[in-house]
Amino acid sequence: MKIHEYQGHELFKQYEIKVAEAVLAGSPEEAERAAEVLGYPVVIKAQVLVGGRGKAGGVKVVHSGQDARGAAHAILSLTIKDLPVEKVLVAKALDIEQEYYLGLTVDRASKAVTLMLSSAGGVEIEELAETEPEKILKLSIPSGKEIDDDALNGFLRKGFESLKLVSQASDTVKKLYRLFKEKDCSLVEINPYARLTGDELIALDAKINFDDNALFRHKDILDLQNPEEYSDDEIKAREVGLSFVSMDGDIGCIVNGAGLAMATMDLIKHFGGSPANFLDVGGSSNPEKVLNALSIILNNKKVKAILINIFGGITRCDDIANGILLANRQIEIPVPVVIRLIGTNDQEGREILTNAGLSALEKLTEAVKEVVALSH
Amino acid sequence: MSILVDKNTKVMVQGITGRDGSFHTRAMIDDGTSVVGGVTPGKGGQMMESVPVFDTVADCRDATGADCTVIFVPARFATSAVREAADAQIPLIVCITEGVPVLDMIEMYSYVGDKGCRLIGPNCPGLISPGKCKVGIMPYKIHLEGTIGVISRSGTLTYEVVYNLTTSGLGQSTCVGIGGDPIVGTSFVDLLELYEQDSQTEGVVLIGEIGGESEENAASFIKEKMRKPVVSFISGRTAPPGKRMGHAGAIISGGKGTPEAKISAFHDAGVPVADRPDEIPGLLKERMG
Repeated sequence: MKIHEYQGHELFKQYEIKVAEAVLAGSPEEAERAAEVLGYPVVIKAQVLVGGRGKAGGVKVVHSGQDARGAAHAILSLTIKDLPVEKVLVAKALDIEQEYYLGLTVDRASKAVTLMLSSAGGVEIEELAETEPEKILKLSIPSGKEIDDDALNGFLRKGFESLKLVSQASDTVKKLYRLFKEKDCSLVEINPYARLTGDELIALDAKINFDDNALFRHKDILDLQNPEEYSDDEIKAREVGLSFVSMDGDIGCIVNGAGLAMATMDLIKHFGGSPANFLDVGGSSNPEKVLNALSIILNNKKVKAILINIFGGITRCDDIANGILLANRQIEIPVPVVIRLIGTNDQEGREILTNAGLSALEKLTEAVKEVVALSH
Repeated sequence: MSILVDKNTKVMVQGITGRDGSFHTRAMIDDGTSVVGGVTPGKGGQMMESVPVFDTVADCRDATGADCTVIFVPARFATSAVREAADAQIPLIVCITEGVPVLDMIEMYSYVGDKGCRLIGPNCPGLISPGKCKVGIMPYKIHLEGTIGVISRSGTLTYEVVYNLTTSGLGQSTCVGIGGDPIVGTSFVDLLELYEQDSQTEGVVLIGEIGGESEENAASFIKEKMRKPVVSFISGRTAPPGKRMGHAGAIISGGKGTPEAKISAFHDAGVPVADRPDEIPGLLKERMG
């Protein structure tokens, strides 16, 4: 789960991480009032759940009330990577000497929380990681322990010149790490982590992602969830316990298991079709789930054909077949549906379908070829 | 021989009286697995059909001599279930549970290692040596005893591949689902090492997916250390970057974990990558001569 910068800002404050003074605004007038209170110059920043807002024109420095209104208006009219900007954060513009990058994430390879530091902050860190990976320094933090002071200071000395800076950065890293662990984050980034005149270090951005699997123990974080992170269909799918991701093709997919669902989408593409979604009905096989899955997919008017691909394990094919019949009775299905059933109770499932005048294929490749043909 | 489990393996089930635990205990027993006991705190002394239930893992181990445990408890209790199994020094711990927080897994990974145990999963279908022992949730009927090792990050996609192998007459030595999460107890490389040494295994199918670098690591291991033929398959080629496709591990981010990188690593190691699951048996037969 992702949150906005202003929400991350609040969390940083709870952990006493130094941030610039800032006020959230939802209109040009509010932005101007915020700027008057903070004192010019201020920086106005789009609040969106994706990176790259600077390049998209979502960050502007202004020096007067008129400018503030104009800039806020322009930013609030932007759509960045399909997400409309609904709020801006107005922050005091500070005299920056240098920009660093500071981040914590889970490194799969070392199976540890890893601290990342770069003296080349301010830029898109993903780009830097690809083009000049040597500019990002990394320190693994062994699990079950606090950060070792000597190791941390030694690491920070590679990025910061003076002891004054090292001790400030060390304090920030420890607080960030506490936040990371206590709130089950998957990523915490400060970019830029800025050195101001007088060698003061301060966080000028706050990017925090959380581990979805741990949200059950963080009611406070769940309350920060932003509806725009997911499409309406994705939200509806979550409510009924389906894993769903919208795509831009025209073949709806209902599959059990994430790996098989991805492989099914790949096969559709391989045979010249285009998947409209990723949908995993999950392990248990309540017939209602099939009904829910079909109605979510049919919300998408682009869908021209649907493929149901079930390899029964925990999921039972007879339950799936009953779900298909249930959906047939309760909702109108205006597009052709190709069914592939195999595995646990497939004979029973097939019989249920045959008795209702439907049929199911056995081989995945055949089913995919057929649904692709129907979508053209 | 097969790897990790065989007909002498004595299996205990943690969470045996729950809905999934009891269902799959029956299925494992039907498939000929020796399930010797189960654990549900507070239900010690009861029987789950013919299987005795204990309050703790240690009690169950002492009474039954179990040397493998399979965990079916809900996500919020899974970490303590794994810890209890490691404390009782059960050599092989298989965690089926999906949705375990990643920071818990980081802690568990080193904890289990320190106790000298092996963890498979979490978020996995378990493992099976067909004809000998099944520890997990896979449909037994699709398997056939034979010489192919199968390792995978997915559940149902593994069934798809196994089904294709079996219907082409290629049986399996041991099939292991390592789990779909970013951090899992046992990696592809750990298992490739075991297959390379196993006398029953003559070839291996590796089923990877987008996200992380475990396929790349596997490719360099194969290139340097493996003599048995390996064929691979990568799912998620059409997945959009940054989105979680059901598996918490299946996120492409920061230019890493892309399908292209994985495919080229395998090609570099001389490992063919099938475009479709039904091409795998043919590629294997070619390589095994």
